[in-house]
Amino acid sequence: MTELSIQLINLFASFLLLLAFAMLAQRRVINLVNIYAMQGLTVAAATGVVAYVTHQEHLYYSAAMTLVLKVFLIPWILRRLIKRLDVRWDVETLINIPSMMLIGIVLVVFSFNLALPISKLSTSVSPGTLGIALACVLLSFMMMITRSKALPQVIGFLSMENALVFAATSATSGMPMVVELGIALDVLVGIFILGVFMFQIREQFESLDISHLENLREE
Amino acid sequence: MGNSQSLDLVLWVISVWLFIGLLGILALHRFTFVARILFPLGGVAGLVLALAAFHSLINGGASNRILPIGLPQLHFHLSLDALSSFFLIVLGVAVFGISIFSAGYFRKSTGTAPGLLCLEFHFFLASMALVLISSDAYMFMVAWESMALSSYFLVTANHRLPKIRAAGFLYLLIAHIGAIALLLCFGVLQANTGNYTFANMRMQSLSPFWASVAFLLAVFGFGAKAGILPLHIWLPEAHPAAPSPVSALMSGVMLKMAIYGMLRVGFDLLRIHIWWWGVLLLVLGLATALFGVVFAAVQSDMKRLLAYSSIENIGLLFAAMGLALLFSSYGMNTIAALALTACLFHVAAHAIFKSLLFLTTGSVLHATGQRNLGRLGGLIRFMPWVAWLALIGVLASSGLPPFSGFISEWLLLQSFLFTSALPQPFLNMLIPVATASIALTAALAGYVMVKFFGVVFLGQPREEKLNQAHDANLFEKIGMAWLAIITISLGLAPNFIIRLIDPVTRVLVNQGLAAQSKSSGWWLLTPTSVERASYGPLYFLLGIAGAITLAFILVRIRYHARLRRSAAWGGGHPWANSRMQDTAEGYGQPIREVFETFFSMKKHLPKPEDTEPRYQVIVEDKFWNGLYMPVVRATEFISSIVGRLQRGRISIYLLYSFITLIFLLILVTGIRK
Amino acid sequence: MTLSQFLSQLFATAVSLLLAPLMLGWVVQLRAWLQNRRGPGIFQPYRTLHKLFNKDSVMAGTASPLFRFAPYLIFGCMLLASAIVPTLSTDLPLAKAADAIALVGLFALARIFISLAAMDVGTAFGTLGARREMFVGFLAEPALLMVLFTSSLIAHSTSLKTIVITQTHKSFTIHPSLIFAAFAFILIFLAENARIPVDNPSTHLELTMIHEALILEYSGRHLALLEWASALKLLAYSSIGIVLFLPWGISTKGSILSLLYALPIFILKLLIFGIVIALIETFSAKMRIFRVPEFLTIAFLLAVIGMLTYILLGVKAS
Repeated sequence: MTELSIQLINLFASFLLLLAFAMLAQRRVINLVNIYAMQGLTVAAATGVVAYVTHQEHLYYSAAMTLVLKVFLIPWILRRLIKRLDVRWDVETLINIPSMMLIGIVLVVFSFNLALPISKLSTSVSPGTLGIALACVLLSFMMMITRSKALPQVIGFLSMENALVFAATSATSGMPMVVELGIALDVLVGIFILGVFMFQIREQFESLDISHLENLREE
Repeated sequence: MGNSQSLDLVLWVISVWLFIGLLGILALHRFTFVARILFPLGGVAGLVLALAAFHSLINGGASNRILPIGLPQLHFHLSLDALSSFFLIVLGVAVFGISIFSAGYFRKSTGTAPGLLCLEFHFFLASMALVLISSDAYMFMVAWESMALSSYFLVTANHRLPKIRAAGFLYLLIAHIGAIALLLCFGVLQANTGNYTFANMRMQSLSPFWASVAFLLAVFGFGAKAGILPLHIWLPEAHPAAPSPVSALMSGVMLKMAIYGMLRVGFDLLRIHIWWWGVLLLVLGLATALFGVVFAAVQSDMKRLLAYSSIENIGLLFAAMGLALLFSSYGMNTIAALALTACLFHVAAHAIFKSLLFLTTGSVLHATGQRNLGRLGGLIRFMPWVAWLALIGVLASSGLPPFSGFISEWLLLQSFLFTSALPQPFLNMLIPVATASIALTAALAGYVMVKFFGVVFLGQPREEKLNQAHDANLFEKIGMAWLAIITISLGLAPNFIIRLIDPVTRVLVNQGLAAQSKSSGWWLLTPTSVERASYGPLYFLLGIAGAITLAFILVRIRYHARLRRSAAWGGGHPWANSRMQDTAEGYGQPIREVFETFFSMKKHLPKPEDTEPRYQVIVEDKFWNGLYMPVVRATEFISSIVGRLQRGRISIYLLYSFITLIFLLILVTGIRK
Repeated sequence: MTLSQFLSQLFATAVSLLLAPLMLGWVVQLRAWLQNRRGPGIFQPYRTLHKLFNKDSVMAGTASPLFRFAPYLIFGCMLLASAIVPTLSTDLPLAKAADAIALVGLFALARIFISLAAMDVGTAFGTLGARREMFVGFLAEPALLMVLFTSSLIAHSTSLKTIVITQTHKSFTIHPSLIFAAFAFILIFLAENARIPVDNPSTHLELTMIHEALILEYSGRHLALLEWASALKLLAYSSIGIVLFLPWGISTKGSILSLLYALPIFILKLLIFGIVIALIETFSAKMRIFRVPEFLTIAFLLAVIGMLTYILLGVKAS
């Protein structure tokens, strides 16, 4: 049975990578939120499987929390935010999509190579997923860099956190509950602050285009 | 026939070629004698050469000879082993077709006298054969340099045009820079023993550092002759500038001399292999291949298009060699043999089909006087022989089954799939990327060939006077048909060639594929085992032919075969003319868009207020301005500094001699102490 | 090759030949039902072929023998392709004739000939279609090769027969790289078979044509052969998808009886495939032509990631 669960975790890891790439290739903001919700679902399912294999109770709670927060609550908040900010336009990127995917591939090769020696030493359930999780982190980071509007950057930040949680659960068979709650609280606070910032930006510049922030330089 | 007799026969053929060249000088302006008698003789001699080398390859082993000519301490050493024999076969077969074609091609009014052309041509052939049988560094360099020199004179056959002279100069320059690197390489290889024969070099065991230095020098030297990035700049200039048979010879055969050199130095003379050598060749090869094919897709001159396509194929050959080096450095010799078989098969296939394509452009050039793709079109109606023979070359060049270009690509991809067995995981991950680039290059090669054939031969003529184009004459037809037949046979009977290649790979990596190919017989190509991969070109041919015949007959039996001719439909537009079909530039536009970063493009777009709108796009090579011009400027700068030594006054020059004399006296007395 | 093997191969080829228009008709009918129309019936392609074969073939005066010959050649290539792919059984004699790479090469051969034939008459439509077809092909062909290589890495072989046997007879393992390959394959399938969102198979506007522009000058029996060839291509691609991702049910023996047993499963899988295709076609809109390279690049890169994932997750475990 552990054979099957290891394959399931590998499957979820690949799904996460696929969703990270799908986020890179998206043009519309609503799809980004939906993909984020699917990512949350994948992470919750993976945490559940790890909990089942390693018989750690608190991971079940962690999976349930992930499910509630990241699949239902946060996407709902984001969708409401989108409606209030009236942000339904096409997302523009700084470099075109095929080039971004090529850079994404280079990042994937890089993180796979980086993770190989570490995963050989690891004792966790499925060591190969560390490389994939690292790749997802880098890809979300790249998404944050190359988008020119504030909302996709926030979603990139959130998906980075998703990938980190996945790395923690699969590579180390789960973090202590306290650490996990701490990270989740940090993210929540960060979201609130970012939300406030977004309203401030829009009031100041009447647009969420971050290139307007460049006017705030010393001249 | 024993091996030493084969070597004798090869030497005999070389002397026949030199003799024919001398006869050409004696009959300098007697056109008919030179063209109709001397060139076909040279072609037949080439065929004899191929047969002699074939016998040597079949019999196995190597034979050596020392000629009494050469420097006093450094006689010419000759050797005919499996590697040389294989390349001699390729040379001989290609030369037969090209010489017969030239017999019908050369007309009375070129810049050079026909006798002189005959001398240069046969001298070129002789020097290439000498390169292949040299067994010491001195003879190799002599033959190499005479190859470069004779081909320079052939390239500038039309020397009255300044563009052609410039192209020839660039060619000679880069050939010599490569030759210097080769000299240094041989110097390193002989490891201070003073004995420059290859046999001695094989016995040396160099430290990894010096072996790498020799390898890098060899890559530079042979890469300059082969046209690897970034030393490719001369190829698209020199190959179109030469007359078409010479372009065919250069593109088809001379570039393979560089491959031969790389194989000889990399596998035979350097006994140890280091893994990063293979990675270097692989990366260089793949980059060159992609570069070549992308540039070929945007050309407007049909010979430049073929020249860039040659760059692409050379890149693939280097990539195959790199893969073989990589495998053999980890001791996986069977798979290294697979990669080498792919390389050698492609050497043979490319030599034949590229020569065929260049020869067809020669016929088109003769018939229409045009090289520009924008002024050709619809020639399949006026030159059917040339068109159908070109189609065979085009299909082989695009890497399509059941033709020859596909087989080498197939073998190469098979060897790539084995790389997941390499111990280094970083290399394992390089493999999907490398496979992807080969697949991309192959697909683009198809694009390029459809552009070539479609714009030149299909569609409607883009110029009025094209309907006076005449078909090729008898000599030209025989030459091209010979090459076409060889192309088709290579594609349909690959096992035969693989059995020929087996002794060659045994020389290079101690392994061969003959055993597997014997077990699968005539019908299937299974380099490793049937479960792993198999390909049956004859099945393809028979399957497609069978399906076609069945469809033909059944349709006629059940329905009918009525056909009416009418005007072209074209969507019902009443005023369609030949300018409305795609131009060569239009055909290359999607590639220009997608691969914009490869080119340095200058665009001039029309504005709405222009009374005479013009659209101009100039696509250039980034290497010219990025790499070569800075080097040229630096050289000029240094020369100007050194040039200050030239004062023009005699007393200054005498002063130089005086200072040198004083200096040497001090030096000699100092050493004495 | 024994007589019974030859007969089995003939049977399998005939099944592909006859089922191909049915598959096409099924997809068209499903699209009609999804769009709340009555639809022409699933046997409509047969009637179209019959009509076209009966008509005279009208050809441009400037067309060369290549133009006349190309439809037969393309039909032959597609028939050979659907005979090589192990649709009903892996033990047929032609399965050895080509592995995955040669199969892709066969499709490339057909594509090059149809592009050349389109350029032959020298109209604006023909050369436009040729250029676009070669462009879509140059991106789709390497992507398809990569997808096939992902399966080849798992099966350690490029022979389709070995791929099927490995998938069905090894213990059930989920290969994550196959997920990537499956997504990439669907995208390539849509591009190569001229489905929405890449190309509209029933368009009359030159702005949106790829496949239609290629066959614009053909009529009568030549057009019938080309339509049949596209249907065979659709069937061949569906069979490749089945071989790579749903190979259970393909028989491993070569007798006609085992072929008959495998036939209903094959038809069922084709029906499901047709439903998936029709759903995708109905729920997406046709892309603008200059987005097509992006679409295919995504497919290509997904396939490469599939291979990379296999190397990461597969190699280290041992």
